[in-house]
Amino acid sequence: MIRTAKLALEDGTILEGEGFGAETIKAGEIVFSTSMTGYVAALTDPSFKGQILMSTYPLEGNYGVSSDWYQSEDIKAEAYVVRQVCNEPCHPKSEKTLSEFLEENDVPGISGIDTRALTLKIRELGSMKAVVANADISDEELLKILEEQPRLEDMNLVEKVTVKEPKVLQERKEYNVAVLDCGVKKNITDHLIAQGVGVTLVPATTSAQEIFDMDVDGVLVSSGPGNPENVEIIQDTIKEVSQKMPIAGICLGQQIIALTFGAKIFKMKFGHRGSNQPVKDLKTGRVYMTSQNHSFSIDENTIDDTDLEITQINLNDGTPEAIKHKTLPISCIQYHPEAGPGPHDSKVFFDNFVNTIKEYKGNKG
Amino acid sequence: MPKDENIKKVLIIGSGPIQIGQAAEFDYSGSQACKSLREENIETVLVNSNPATIQTDIETADKVYVEPLTAEIVAKIIEKEQVDAILPTMGGQTGLNIAVDLDKIGALDGIKVLGSPIQTIKDVEDRDLFAEFMDRLNEPIPKCHAVNSLEEAFEAVEDIGYPVIVRPGFTLGGTGGGIANNKKEFEEIVIHGLDMSFNDQVLIDESVLGWQEIEYEVMRDKNDSCIIVCNMENVDAMGIHTGESIVVAPTQTLSDEDNQKLRNASIKIIKALGIQGGCNIQFALHPETREYKVIEVNPRVSRSSALASKATGYSIAKVSSKIALGMTLDEIRNDITKETPASFEPAVDYVIAKVPRWPFDKFKTSSGELGVQMQSTGEVMSIGRTIEESLQKAIRSLDIDQDAFEYVEYTDYYLEHATDQRLFYVYSAIKDGRDIQELADITKISPFFLNKIKSIVDCEEEIQKQGVDILKDPKMFRKIKQFGFSDKRLGQLLDLTEDEVSKARHDLNIIPEYKMVDTCAAEFEAKTPYYYGTYDSPSDMKTSDNKKIAVLGAGPIRIGQGIEFDYCCVHAALALKDENVETILINNNPETVSTDYDISDRLYFEPLTKEDVLAVLEQEKPDGVIVQFGGQTSINLAESLNNAGVKILGTPFESIDMVEDREQFTEVLNELGIPQADYGIANSFDEARDAAHSIGFPVLVRPSYVLGGRAMEIVYDDSELEEYMKEAVKVSKEHPILVDKFLEDSIELDVDALCDGEDVYVCGIMEHIEEAGIHSGDSACVIPPQSVSQEIIDQVEEYTKKLALRLGVIGLINIQYAIKVDPEPKLYIIEANPRASRTVPFVSKSIGIPIAKIASKIMLGSKLSDFDLVNYADIKHVAVKESVFPFLKIPDSDSVLGPEMKSTGETMGIDKNFGLAYYKSQLSASNNLPTEGKIFLSVRDLDKPKIAPIAKKAKELGFDLIATKGTAEAAPDVDIEVIRKVSQGSPNIRDAMLNGEVAFLINTPSGKQSADDGYIIRRLAVELGIPYVTTIAAANAVLKAIEEASNGELTVKSLNEYAE
Repeated sequence: MIRTAKLALEDGTILEGEGFGAETIKAGEIVFSTSMTGYVAALTDPSFKGQILMSTYPLEGNYGVSSDWYQSEDIKAEAYVVRQVCNEPCHPKSEKTLSEFLEENDVPGISGIDTRALTLKIRELGSMKAVVANADISDEELLKILEEQPRLEDMNLVEKVTVKEPKVLQERKEYNVAVLDCGVKKNITDHLIAQGVGVTLVPATTSAQEIFDMDVDGVLVSSGPGNPENVEIIQDTIKEVSQKMPIAGICLGQQIIALTFGAKIFKMKFGHRGSNQPVKDLKTGRVYMTSQNHSFSIDENTIDDTDLEITQINLNDGTPEAIKHKTLPISCIQYHPEAGPGPHDSKVFFDNFVNTIKEYKGNKG
Repeated sequence: MPKDENIKKVLIIGSGPIQIGQAAEFDYSGSQACKSLREENIETVLVNSNPATIQTDIETADKVYVEPLTAEIVAKIIEKEQVDAILPTMGGQTGLNIAVDLDKIGALDGIKVLGSPIQTIKDVEDRDLFAEFMDRLNEPIPKCHAVNSLEEAFEAVEDIGYPVIVRPGFTLGGTGGGIANNKKEFEEIVIHGLDMSFNDQVLIDESVLGWQEIEYEVMRDKNDSCIIVCNMENVDAMGIHTGESIVVAPTQTLSDEDNQKLRNASIKIIKALGIQGGCNIQFALHPETREYKVIEVNPRVSRSSALASKATGYSIAKVSSKIALGMTLDEIRNDITKETPASFEPAVDYVIAKVPRWPFDKFKTSSGELGVQMQSTGEVMSIGRTIEESLQKAIRSLDIDQDAFEYVEYTDYYLEHATDQRLFYVYSAIKDGRDIQELADITKISPFFLNKIKSIVDCEEEIQKQGVDILKDPKMFRKIKQFGFSDKRLGQLLDLTEDEVSKARHDLNIIPEYKMVDTCAAEFEAKTPYYYGTYDSPSDMKTSDNKKIAVLGAGPIRIGQGIEFDYCCVHAALALKDENVETILINNNPETVSTDYDISDRLYFEPLTKEDVLAVLEQEKPDGVIVQFGGQTSINLAESLNNAGVKILGTPFESIDMVEDREQFTEVLNELGIPQADYGIANSFDEARDAAHSIGFPVLVRPSYVLGGRAMEIVYDDSELEEYMKEAVKVSKEHPILVDKFLEDSIELDVDALCDGEDVYVCGIMEHIEEAGIHSGDSACVIPPQSVSQEIIDQVEEYTKKLALRLGVIGLINIQYAIKVDPEPKLYIIEANPRASRTVPFVSKSIGIPIAKIASKIMLGSKLSDFDLVNYADIKHVAVKESVFPFLKIPDSDSVLGPEMKSTGETMGIDKNFGLAYYKSQLSASNNLPTEGKIFLSVRDLDKPKIAPIAKKAKELGFDLIATKGTAEAAPDVDIEVIRKVSQGSPNIRDAMLNGEVAFLINTPSGKQSADDGYIIRRLAVELGIPYVTTIAAANAVLKAIEEASNGELTVKSLNEYAE
């Protein structure tokens, strides 16, 4: 039985489509991603908290859902907008259909939407508030929900996705890393574990002292959802910890680190989301294909007044993609070296981080 | 880092004639390469023997050589032009082979090889080197062993494990192999295979049959930056050549995990090979375990890369060329967006479907079974927002008289063993309610795709259930259109006419919107996108108000409608640009130059049907449409476009009808006093017999309104006629059969002329080498004519002028004549076509005048007197066109020529006299004429009186002769060794050929049946690559050519020099 579902946008547009997933209504900021594979990883990426994901690729659900691909325990995106959803997936790993997966997670989906037309709208008007209703609801009520929905930049989303208690993911090793969980992805911690280091996930609110008490050798500030300015507390931690050990940051992590050292952040018109973003290493000239998912960026013009320097840039729009501290062992990137979804080209980030830790500890000790 | 400043002049190697497996895609890539290099101020030299290419236009490169593609010849060009580097990776396998051969003969000393180093080419081309290389990289490939005995075979299978594929090393038609799942089967197949093999060898391959076939198009620059332009998934599993498979892009059933795994392997391989530019990598992926094997690596642009380029908007050839010069991906601009760099991976927001076009209508004896050998001649690409839409659009792009999936009778055998009909068999099985999983097991097609066909079936059932009311429901109607159903198909389902459905649709204002191919899924603004029609949203596209003209393309390349027509369409677009008129191009062939985004102002990648074309025209509202250049595909649309009120430029639609309707045409000829052979028109066997009797056998029979001589035959008696009529009725139900007196032993002439309504310019008269009765597309021909009297030539010109003016031709006309000596030579007209013919590029290059461009300008109102024209008879050189045939690729096909066209492409030989030009044309067609050795003669009785002078001449040239008894006796004065026929026991001619004793064959066919001795000899010649001719006329030409060629070395001369 096909249910008629609705998608309403902040500019008053109301689109009809077919509902799938949970019969519910969810609001958030609508964003598009151009990745052609990896919907399971994207939906479960905590960075999508507060956002309605729309895939520009028109066919989703083709290879079903496997828990192997989860980036967190459940779906974090608020809703999913697609052109066509596949209900007969075909993959040996598939455990359920995309629709079943959404239903299980109480997330509504809408298909039959002209996603390209909507992408063009977002490209022109910027990301906006939206609501997906896979339920009977009048247009007026829908628009009312929309009106009441706060803006993404005003929300503190990190607190919704961070761990409540420290969690040991990998028992102590010769070198140990604390991951400041702003909404970490499983691939990030998996990559660290694969480096042979001990890994402990800690809440985003963990203080520097608590980290020192854990006796770790480095801190990774993870990716996560929302506005970096809304998690000021992390800046204090970073400032203090950076005097004692190497720090790395990914995505939201980079933005928070940049803020910590005086750079400014701005909200992009519609962000970067996809698996094909070209990033150039300014030193080697090599270009990497990267997986990206961010709404905010460092304002490159504010870097000069800080102790930070840009080491990599995005070739599409020139925004900073990687920065490092001129004196302290801090380096971070705006994209996702852990992939999931997306290319594995920049895995070297984890090698570099762990090597920095080793060197730093060696020099110190 | 900018480009290497030491490279100033580059030789680009083309791919030669269009053949199965190597088609128009390399014209596209070579042309792109020239354009790309010239943008960087590199001086370009191009060599290709195929005149029907845009790349051999003198505007494309600084110097263009139409010369044979052999290392010796290319070395002469390198020497003469003093190039700094060669770029072989744009010329397909031919390009790579020549590069390796050039290296072998030492012609590359001090010359840079751009793109792929010679060692890389060797590493991937040589089976053993490839295995070693992949082993070092730790990338898995299917194991393979070559063995010479059963014992060795058992050792091999021990290493590989069952199942294995056993292939005899060398057999007639590649027969004698099979798949062995166990020891018993294995033993049987190996013994049989060893027996069948001419070199007592069988190859034992690890079987990956039934695995998914996936392709990646990778690019790399000198900084080691790598990108994947596109990945593609074959709908047909391993075991069917990717050129034979239905392919979708991007991949559909690969998870991100699978995708990244293969992406990583692709990047690892291209880095290890050190390729600077593009590379195609094919993988087999196990549908369950997800284990993969690397199947093939092509260190060059390919058919797949052309498809990937058109599928994404990312020009692999263009970017590869710049990388080859030393530029890096981030220094090169993305041509579609103009703002972002080429260092990114295209994101698509649509689904591409590619479906091959097969030539089995031309080879009646072939089973149509598909396998590891490519047999298709061309392909279509369609774009839609869903698989359902793309597949349905692809079917109607094929131009196979079928507008959609249609129910046909099928067997389980043919579900399992794919043929050209497979898509329809699968559809029919699903329509019958067969279980999807069961069908997946039989066909090895993923249930994912089968379910998509099922949803089309379900939708059809819903449509029929709801009946015509569905056409009043805007929501449902739109949804149906979103599934790709054509109005015509909906009409079939609802018992309505296409026009009725179309009207209902327009009443609801459901019209296609045109979405963009923009490389980036709308993330960035596109400056030069191209378009496809879909029904997602109501259309809101803005088009320009400038003067604009639409050009209809020719669709997929097939026998009878080849690259020549694309060449003409491109010329039309370029000519319109010259006149500051905007061009709209509609075509669906991804291999061609016409579907390059920078040829037209707006390209629509759409099926060439009435509905799809009219929709584009309604959107664009052009000032006129050119239908003269897209072969029969576009001509066939003339009537419906005309009826819809579209302005057809140039020759009026009525003139097209006038020549295609035989009765009207006869009236015109009578009025003008132009003789034609006696003929009759028949709708039944009885009528055909009566016609034949009143005219007298032999007669040439064919359905009216077909191109490429499809279903054309010469019949000699009633029984042959009866048999023919049975078949012909199947071919064309709507049009009657024409019965023409066959002018035996006459010389055929082909004429291309331009007419502006007042004046006529005869561009060229071509004399055919082979006699009338052999399709003009299959015959070699020469400009200027070599053996025709001035009197006849004058008559040809006169008839041509009269007819062109009478028909009101505005643009091009092609007329075929025959000269019958009876006993005085008399000229007959055979047929006239008021449109561009397949000889247009050949004539243009022979006389150095772009006649398709002039035709386009005439259609816009120019007059012939506005142009600087030359008389073809005044050219100081001789140009020969030779045809190239697919016999090697089509198992069991006979290489005899007849009225049904079989050639896939053509070569051009150009030199100071006929002998040399013909020699070059043969060399280009891989007919490497010998200058010494043994010639084998065996001719039919009819030709025996003509064999003595040929034998004598061959002797004079120093050849030894062997012949069958009858043929030898026909030349009693010549010393000929008699050899047995195959049917007369060993040792016989077959053994002599296998032992390499025969340098050349002259064999003329005796009858229609192909199971005779002649067939075996011809087939063996094809498979062994022994040059041969099957007509007396060609034998004479060959001897003349050998005589000239033995008089000294071949020299090379550019078209630019010929034009001076």
